[in-house]
Amino acid sequence: MLRFENVGMRYGIGPEVLRDVSFSLAPGSFHFLTGASGAGKTTLLKLMYLALRPTRGLIHLLGRDISMTPRHELPALRRQVGVVFQDFRLIDHLSAVENVAMPLRVSGVLHAEVDAHVRELLSWVGLGDRLDARPSTLSGGQQQRVAIARAVINRPRLLLADEPTGNVDDRIALRLMHLFEELNKTGTTVVIATHSNALLEEFGHPVLQLDDGELDVRRTPSRSRS
Amino acid sequence: MFAGRSDLPFERDQSTRFLPWIVALMVFLGALMFAGALVVSSTISSWDSTLTGRMTVQVPHAAADDAAIDKLVAMLRETSGVARAAPVPDDIVRDLLAPWLGEGAIDAGLPVPALIDVELAPGARVNAALLAARLSDAIPGTAVDDHRAWLSALIDLGRAVEFLAYAILALIASAAVIAVVFTTRSGLAVHATIIELLHQMGAQDRYIAGQFQLQAMMLAARGGVAGAAAAAGVLFAIGWLARGIDSAFLPEISLSPFEWIALLIVPGTAIVIAMLTARLTVLRALARMP
Repeated sequence: MLRFENVGMRYGIGPEVLRDVSFSLAPGSFHFLTGASGAGKTTLLKLMYLALRPTRGLIHLLGRDISMTPRHELPALRRQVGVVFQDFRLIDHLSAVENVAMPLRVSGVLHAEVDAHVRELLSWVGLGDRLDARPSTLSGGQQQRVAIARAVINRPRLLLADEPTGNVDDRIALRLMHLFEELNKTGTTVVIATHSNALLEEFGHPVLQLDDGELDVRRTPSRSRS
Repeated sequence: MFAGRSDLPFERDQSTRFLPWIVALMVFLGALMFAGALVVSSTISSWDSTLTGRMTVQVPHAAADDAAIDKLVAMLRETSGVARAAPVPDDIVRDLLAPWLGEGAIDAGLPVPALIDVELAPGARVNAALLAARLSDAIPGTAVDDHRAWLSALIDLGRAVEFLAYAILALIASAAVIAVVFTTRSGLAVHATIIELLHQMGAQDRYIAGQFQLQAMMLAARGGVAGAAAAAGVLFAIGWLARGIDSAFLPEISLSPFEWIALLIVPGTAIVIAMLTARLTVLRALARMP
């Protein structure tokens, strides 16, 4: 699904923010990505969703070597990757339905299909009654769910979420995590970037630990969940 | 859903508010320049077609008796390329000279030369110098004027004015391109977050460029229509004012229906320039993204 080989990344002539990062994600796996602020989590996520090109090393996504992939073929790969941003990045002049429909529109899916899929998905995340609401009129948790719906509407094979539980209370955080697990059960590979040790312990998925630009893969024993 | 709405909130972009005004001004000036070039061009054509196929033979007053005129007319009619040769009646010569010399001067016995109007066959070329030499041999002092001397200077001037008008049009188009480039770049900066988002979702560059292109088209169309309407008003006014002037010196300052339609090229070109410039500016900027 995704493989990093000795990836290094620096911005301009600055120091390397990632050094010799190597790991591999199997299809259908669930990982947490953690590390202190400034450890390089956001940069690693950006490399995963192809917003950046590494300064060295190789990235293989869905069987393609990114460094060898022509630029015009990258959009098709990006459509296989859903991203939930920490700040949601919902477009304020569009309604919840329109926000969620954007990836389909970008992919050129027909209008009728878009409408049906989007309404169904928003209902599934519990926003069936807020379809036409503007993001600014939604609560933080509701915005979060719109962002998640937008990230998964295209049925991505890889789902990346940057601190998805950072702005919501524990109850909603737990609910969101269950949502990600549901998606994972349908075969989607999931990577959740988080600071929360409680979350790591609660769900017990393998952890990609970033420490000062270097990556370590470890397994956290999970607490039994009721 | 969407109902033709753009992913990018252009209506919140302050810089786009000026583009219709800029385009309107450009189209207004461009349409006036283009109309000027068309008027000059049609005037040159009219001079060319009216005078190129004609010559005037001047017979000195002293030698201009009926026999001499008949002899010259006969010689001219036998000349290859001459379609028609006929003496210009005295009253017409008098009418032609009256504005310059006054009625009294001619009646006072001023030695006015006799004129023979010569019309050439379409496309025919007659060497005026050789013809003048032949006619002068028959009737000394006879001269031939093919109007080339002053006509070519006038046509050169007209062509220079026409070229200048098109050069100014090109400058106006360049200024429009620069205005669109800056507006588009400003739009790219304002909407950078959403563009990044669309890029991450897998939008092709042409999808994002298409939205800027559509926006530029709408803004340019708004400005183009306003500028063209204002230019049409000014051209109507100039045409109306020129109708009251009866002078042989001025060309006819009016546009044919075809030329009015041709003027639509200016706002049309402005819209196409705006669309293409916006598209290319965005594509160039996006090409720098991974």
